[in-house]
Amino acid sequence: MIEIEIDGKTFQAEPGSMIIEVADKVGIPIPRFCYHKKLSIAANCRMCLVEVEKAPKPMPACATPVTPGMKILTCSQKAREAQKSVMEFLLINHPLDCPICDQGGECELQDVSLGYGKGISRFTEGKRSVKDDDLGPLIATEMTRCIQCTRCVRFEQEVAGFRELGATGRGENMEITTFIKHSISHEMSGNIIDLCPVGALTSKPYRFSARAWELDQVEAVAPHDCIGSNIYVHKRVQEVMRVVPRENETLNETWLSDRDRYAYTAVNSPARLHKPMIKVNNVWQETDWATALEFVADGLQKVLTQYGPKQIGAFAAPSATTEEHYLLQKLMRTLGINSVDHRLHQTDVSDQKYAPLYPSLGIKIEELELQDTILLIGSNIQREQPIAGHRIRKATLRGAQVLSINAVDYPVNFNLAEKIITAPDHFNLNLAGIAKALSAQSKADLPTQILDLLKEIQPSAIEQKFAAQLSSGEKKLILLGAVAQNHPEAATLRALAQLIGTLSSAKVGCLTEGANSAGAWLAGAVPHRGPAGAALPESGLAMNTGLGASLRAYFLLGIEPEFDAANPAAAVASLNKAEFVVACSPFKTDGLLQYTHAILPIAAFTETSGTYVNAEGRWQSFNAAVAAPGEARPGWKVLRVLGNQLNLADFDYVTSEQVRDELRVLVDAAVFPLPNPHPKGDGIGKRAEGKGIMRITEWPIYSIDNMVRQSQPLQDSATNEPTAVYMNEKLAKDLQLQDGAMVKVIQGSAQAELPLMVDARIAAGCVWIPAGRPETATLGAAFGSVEIIM
Amino acid sequence: MKKLLHYLKTFSLWELLKGLKLTGRYFVDKKVTVQFPEEETPRSPRFRGLHALRRYPNGEERCIACKLCEAVCPALAITIAAEPREDGSRRTTKYEIDLFKCVYCGFCEESCPVDSIVLTDLQHYHFENRGEQIVTKEKLLAIGDKYENEIAKARKEDAPFR
Repeated sequence: MIEIEIDGKTFQAEPGSMIIEVADKVGIPIPRFCYHKKLSIAANCRMCLVEVEKAPKPMPACATPVTPGMKILTCSQKAREAQKSVMEFLLINHPLDCPICDQGGECELQDVSLGYGKGISRFTEGKRSVKDDDLGPLIATEMTRCIQCTRCVRFEQEVAGFRELGATGRGENMEITTFIKHSISHEMSGNIIDLCPVGALTSKPYRFSARAWELDQVEAVAPHDCIGSNIYVHKRVQEVMRVVPRENETLNETWLSDRDRYAYTAVNSPARLHKPMIKVNNVWQETDWATALEFVADGLQKVLTQYGPKQIGAFAAPSATTEEHYLLQKLMRTLGINSVDHRLHQTDVSDQKYAPLYPSLGIKIEELELQDTILLIGSNIQREQPIAGHRIRKATLRGAQVLSINAVDYPVNFNLAEKIITAPDHFNLNLAGIAKALSAQSKADLPTQILDLLKEIQPSAIEQKFAAQLSSGEKKLILLGAVAQNHPEAATLRALAQLIGTLSSAKVGCLTEGANSAGAWLAGAVPHRGPAGAALPESGLAMNTGLGASLRAYFLLGIEPEFDAANPAAAVASLNKAEFVVACSPFKTDGLLQYTHAILPIAAFTETSGTYVNAEGRWQSFNAAVAAPGEARPGWKVLRVLGNQLNLADFDYVTSEQVRDELRVLVDAAVFPLPNPHPKGDGIGKRAEGKGIMRITEWPIYSIDNMVRQSQPLQDSATNEPTAVYMNEKLAKDLQLQDGAMVKVIQGSAQAELPLMVDARIAAGCVWIPAGRPETATLGAAFGSVEIIM
Repeated sequence: MKKLLHYLKTFSLWELLKGLKLTGRYFVDKKVTVQFPEEETPRSPRFRGLHALRRYPNGEERCIACKLCEAVCPALAITIAAEPREDGSRRTTKYEIDLFKCVYCGFCEESCPVDSIVLTDLQHYHFENRGEQIVTKEKLLAIGDKYENEIAKARKEDAPFR
């Protein structure tokens, strides 16, 4: 530490740090535009000029390292003069029509010019104007307002990893453009809106709708991925106007993914349901809560007495709050119903009794960037959990080696040391090969039955390389992504990941889908366990089996099986056959109207209080920002009153905190045995007998839940892949199909007509079909074999 | 002598005549009573009466939805909602003034960067139904259209003193 003096006061400073960092730390204001603590130093705006003793000219505080005994004056005559002059230069070309600018009221240029500007301009010549680029449906541009601070350019280059924006021209002719005309497709692109100090880049859905001074901000947690990014919901009276990131260095830093930023646009979608609806004599009618709840309670009781609890399934979205999961399972378990689940897309849960208390990342989210070696299995990490993807990119910039086994060669913004792109039914063999190569050099004690399974395996060259990478490095992590978890042999993959973890002393983590998978496990929204991992006398049906099992009654919380289920055709068929289907949903969709008998309007994420537990096990509670529209009510309240309606004991909660605290006590008291380090792995090294072409299914970034599906700006975004059948050139040639042609995809009795897209990224012999889209809602199993004809 | 003068004044109705003299003078004097409602007193061009929204001569509404009037209003009488119009410009979709809340301070006019919201010299208006005191954008623009000449004249008269 060295000693420096700012404005006559002495401070301790880290050697090598810049003046502005020290000043920021101790709270001395220095005006700036181009400097941002998360970006590299550009020193091109010159706004932060300060006087440094013995320096002949004012120095930029953002690019001047501190030296021992340095004396800095931030508001001396000389510094003030310099700042005023820079401000005058900056305003030469900046339009002075703040009243029509969307940034007005929260503009750094406005604030700084008020504090440091001159009041009058001596510039009488004409101002320049710049043509706007269309950056897509999320970001509005007014490039005439740009002051060339290049924060957005540096963000795209350093954080996003794609040079989508750049500066062309020099001096007064410098312009920020996209080079070639295209919209920005990065999944964290919205952050350039926060970075832009002026109104050049603003939010398109929010455009002109409110002023910063009218908004109240409410702390909340993002509901779309297992990171639990912290957000502020900005509201005006009872309307959500926008969502911005809330800084949390341990989770999302200062960033926010576009999905979390723009999903609020669904809250006021026209599909929003405002009143409970029930189907009487096959006619839908709107009704009041008392009638609707009585109708639902009667319907459930009837099925219960007639067919017993095994004929009822209750399935919740993984993005429901922990309180909702807990109350749902409490309600159902009190009625004797065990088929409660939240694992929306998972098909193989045969190892569930060996599972830990909740699926976790194994490490803290901030530790992701400290890993030396990371093995990704079936993970499109950047699209599934953008913040985790960003952390991994930071790790690679530090020198980490990232290995990946995927069915699609996803474009990632970091360097992959090695990759295997293969059909999903090959994952098992590849992982077994890596395990075999590792076992040759490892001294870990392995049960003989596992060694026997590996006996036949011959590791290939690339598997040897993977093993070599995994055995070097200190901090190692194996991450299972969505494709691995939704895989038909997920249990085997989990066992293999565990095995490789033991052999290479790497941690094994899961990046679960939805915001609250960990919370759902803790709350007991799984068919084989109660809250806090309590044992159940009998386990029920898991989501995928249950939705396809033609039960007599279903209770759906926040899910739309035609989009969400792993086998939508089977799910819809069995829902159509059911005698009584209830859905709690914020939206009224065609699907729900077709197969349900009652729809209860529940609150969206900005309208309910609750708790999310993220992938590292962090409990984050939040309050409602606004009241739910019309007669919609928070999900936990609906479940609580339904409990009263069914005359169940202990359903007298007044607040969601009471529900959370009840669960918290159980979780804190739970003594949960550590998971079996070597779970059953019968399938290791055996290739499933598949016939035909294998379908790879992914729920793309903007199709994962009902909120994002209802958000028009996100649906229009270039990040959203068009719905099609993707396959590589060779397969298209083998099938004699043309790129762009309409083809028929057949899965048994289920079929869909989709355009064909030739895409070199897809593994050989497979087709990639996005789920969660209306066009693919008629298809069958997510990883089944498909037939493709003209 | 004094008594005699008193009797003389009494019997000649002197006091009455004196009074009548005043009456007579006012009888022929210039009249100051204003025959309201047929007549009105003159008003300053700075008079702050009923609100109006103005247009440019080409018919384009002036208001750009900057919301400064809404922010400055001490009585919270103004409510504005805005969104981009089809041509991409920033426009209001709702501009309402609650005349029961308004204190006619004129801050809205002072804050307006485009001279859109103005206080006219209209002072005679009434409401017959509940809710009519909330003047909508259409009504405000109609007032502006109707009295544009008077509004423009008053601004011009006041301009040298601003």
